[in-house]
Amino acid sequence: MKETKQMSVSAIQNGTVIDHVPARNLFKVIQILGLDRIDNQITFGTNLESKKLGRKAIIKISGVFFEDEDINRIALVAPDAKLNIIKDYEVVEKKVVEVPDNIVGIAKCMNPKCITNFESVTTRFKVVSKKNVSLKCHYCEKITTQENMQII
Amino acid sequence: MKNRSLVSIDDFSTDEILRILDLTEEFEKEPTQKLLEGKVIATLFFEPSTRTRLSFESAINRLGGKIVGFSDASSSSVSKGETLKDTILTVNNYCDLIVMRHPIEGSARYASEIADVPVINAGDGANQHPTQTLLDLYSIRKTQGSLDNLNIFMVGDLKYGRTVHSLMMAMSRWNTTFNFISPEELKMPDEFKLYLDNLGLKYYEHNDFTDIISKADIIYMTRVQKERFSDPIEYEKVKNVYVLRNSMLKNTKTNMRILHPLPRVNEIHQDVDSNPKAYYFEQALNGVYTRQAIVCSLLGIK
Repeated sequence: MKETKQMSVSAIQNGTVIDHVPARNLFKVIQILGLDRIDNQITFGTNLESKKLGRKAIIKISGVFFEDEDINRIALVAPDAKLNIIKDYEVVEKKVVEVPDNIVGIAKCMNPKCITNFESVTTRFKVVSKKNVSLKCHYCEKITTQENMQII
Repeated sequence: MKNRSLVSIDDFSTDEILRILDLTEEFEKEPTQKLLEGKVIATLFFEPSTRTRLSFESAINRLGGKIVGFSDASSSSVSKGETLKDTILTVNNYCDLIVMRHPIEGSARYASEIADVPVINAGDGANQHPTQTLLDLYSIRKTQGSLDNLNIFMVGDLKYGRTVHSLMMAMSRWNTTFNFISPEELKMPDEFKLYLDNLGLKYYEHNDFTDIISKADIIYMTRVQKERFSDPIEYEKVKNVYVLRNSMLKNTKTNMRILHPLPRVNEIHQDVDSNPKAYYFEQALNGVYTRQAIVCSLLGIK
């Protein structure tokens, strides 16, 4: 009998698993969390089947535990993400992401006349609605709605 | 309020607004004093606004301050491609306070975060123009004796009018009833009506105001600009509806006053000017005192 080749993504001993990331936003999540700049072991899979999202991605990060404040920064690109906190191969805690009160440097202001679209200014928004996310620009005070939101 | 900036009217609490209005009253009594002697104030006008600039410069000159600046971006290093950040960081070294007008929205907030000296926003695109709002509040309080429980009529372009939006937001602190009179195309945007709904304040919308004008304490007129209309026929239909004439003022309250941020084109007929209820030129004069109060307050002099 021929041995079937299968790549196994091993379970991590300690760290964080981020599941239910929309496949198209995987790299944005990686960028927002700065995972492209750390030395920890990271495995990710993308375009996995998901009943809820169509295609989802999953990220396993060894040896990293996020503060809520940090993880909530991905809420705009992965609002349904679920986190499993792993210690000694066991899931010790499950978390969901929550849209934070303020968003710094993730989204683009939709107002073409806003200073953030003219000079290199880090965007800052106050979240005025969390359900159907809408953001009020700290600079031009205009609202950017979910359907017009662009991630930088 | 020392060393604070004034970018948006919401930067000031109600108490702080009232403090500025009280100070304005003092300056109205004594507008020529040596309070700003030895101070240098930069007036950076990245787009021309003669009225606002002259008002600031008159305010500063009467208090003995010196002015550096420009009245048009083409005569500054902006035309050579300098960033706003670099302009502000440079000018910051030369002055004690910056007054800035800029066509880009949010530019004043950004400048206030870069500069060590206070920044006064003299208009950032369609966003904010808080000194106009404060002089409007002063004019209203002065003519009505109080800001409480007034009935304010806002007439004309309520969709794009930055001054009416800021004034409406500011007046909502004093239990104001609003009447919005505008053509269909230039109605008060929903976000502002929602704001009033949340506060439980009353407002009414009309297309015409001849029948209700007798209820007004303040009529705030704005210009209906032709270029705001997608259909020129719509403009032709409404252009005369929003013109205030002396004959319309017959049954108005004795305390009623007409305000206008100026410049006026034809929305207030010249026959209104001699009516004692016309207040727009005094309003412009109040602007000088209000700006004196703001400058001195942010410099910690008053």
